[in-house]
Amino acid sequence: MHILRKLLIGLAGLALLAGSGVSFRTSRTLLEPVVAGDGVTTVKKLSDYFRGIEGSINDCNVYILEGKEPGGTMVLMGGTHPEEPAGRLAAWIVAENGRMEQGRLILVLSANRSASTVTRLGGAYPPDFDISTTFGSRTFRLGDRWSNPLDQWPDPEVYIHSPSGQHLAYVDIRNLNRCWPGRPDGMLTEKTCYALMELIRQEEADLVIDLHEAELQYPVISTIVAHEKGQELAVLVSMMLTDMEGFKMGMEFSPPNLHGLSHREIGDHSDAVSLLFEAPEPFLDATRGRTTREQLLTGKDEFVVRAGKAGLLFETIDEHGWPIDVRVGRHTSAVLQTMETWSEMQPDRALRCSGVPRYAEVIGRGIGSFLKDPATADPKRMWFE
Amino acid sequence: MTMQPFVTFLYYLLTACTSLLLMANFLKAKEWQRELLYVIVLVPFVLRLLMLK
Repeated sequence: MHILRKLLIGLAGLALLAGSGVSFRTSRTLLEPVVAGDGVTTVKKLSDYFRGIEGSINDCNVYILEGKEPGGTMVLMGGTHPEEPAGRLAAWIVAENGRMEQGRLILVLSANRSASTVTRLGGAYPPDFDISTTFGSRTFRLGDRWSNPLDQWPDPEVYIHSPSGQHLAYVDIRNLNRCWPGRPDGMLTEKTCYALMELIRQEEADLVIDLHEAELQYPVISTIVAHEKGQELAVLVSMMLTDMEGFKMGMEFSPPNLHGLSHREIGDHSDAVSLLFEAPEPFLDATRGRTTREQLLTGKDEFVVRAGKAGLLFETIDEHGWPIDVRVGRHTSAVLQTMETWSEMQPDRALRCSGVPRYAEVIGRGIGSFLKDPATADPKRMWFE
Repeated sequence: MTMQPFVTFLYYLLTACTSLLLMANFLKAKEWQRELLYVIVLVPFVLRLLMLK
């Protein structure tokens, strides 16, 4: 009787192990297709810029859109924090639809690919989500803010940022937006930042934009965070977006003594102007209700609304929530507006892009309208994230 | 060359040792509540050893 009971409990444990193991493995190995638009002229790997990242999970694809006319160079990064999916999706839409008329656009859709293969530990987050399209749906990994511990483990007691020596939270040694400018002999996330810095330096980028989302209880929201080299540009972009496109976009200075962040370190360690865009994502709020795919995509949450009524938020929210189309549209418009304003300020390094929908069009048609069908796409134009 | 791969190896070794201890305790346990507890605690350790979570 005793042995039979032990056997049954052991088998139940094995079933639990198998079920959860298959689920985690499926999520980690899910391939996300990218149907590169005609505007994508070259696809490289991040390791082309720094061999130290070759063969690692963070050796991501680098999509280059070369314009017909020479001009400036912009690097657009999605997936620094994959659990902020509007940034990744906005970059995805550019990869599948964008075409540079002048200048060069370099796209990274999974800046921290490792972080896209795990969800927040203990957070009961959904592993992925679907975007509805005319041909069915496309599935994307949700991901996390930090690199997967399977790829970088253990964490130190205290994370000492290089080269500043600033002490940061231990877990942030796996946070891509706390590891800039990176170290060639550091841990995976630091090496990834170093590789991205090499990309920026070797491609002589003029502008770098890092796309993010933020919880409504976080003060840095619905805004552009700008390195001092890009303050004038950011102010003009903020004014134009707020005035012309009907959504509020603020502008903030990158604090000089807060290290490891892209808006600070890229500007300090390269010739590029670095900007970081934030859109609102109630899914990340600590006061949210159930953490579901629906909540992620609709941005609706009665508890976050209640927090707003109690004056606890830095962004407004009502029963309409913050749908993913709105959040992605904010990003695409902000990127396009940045190119336009930059081109007015630097006509000899101009950037002109076509084919990418702006805020109103993304909301009107839905982001699914701008994703292509991998089943009917030319396999030579497909890559996987 | 950093110490990181060596430290990671040590952590996996610790995880394997802890897993073995949990399995031994599971086999020695007399009450079903303890057996269940050891099995539940063991799952994340094995998932990490198998590089699944």
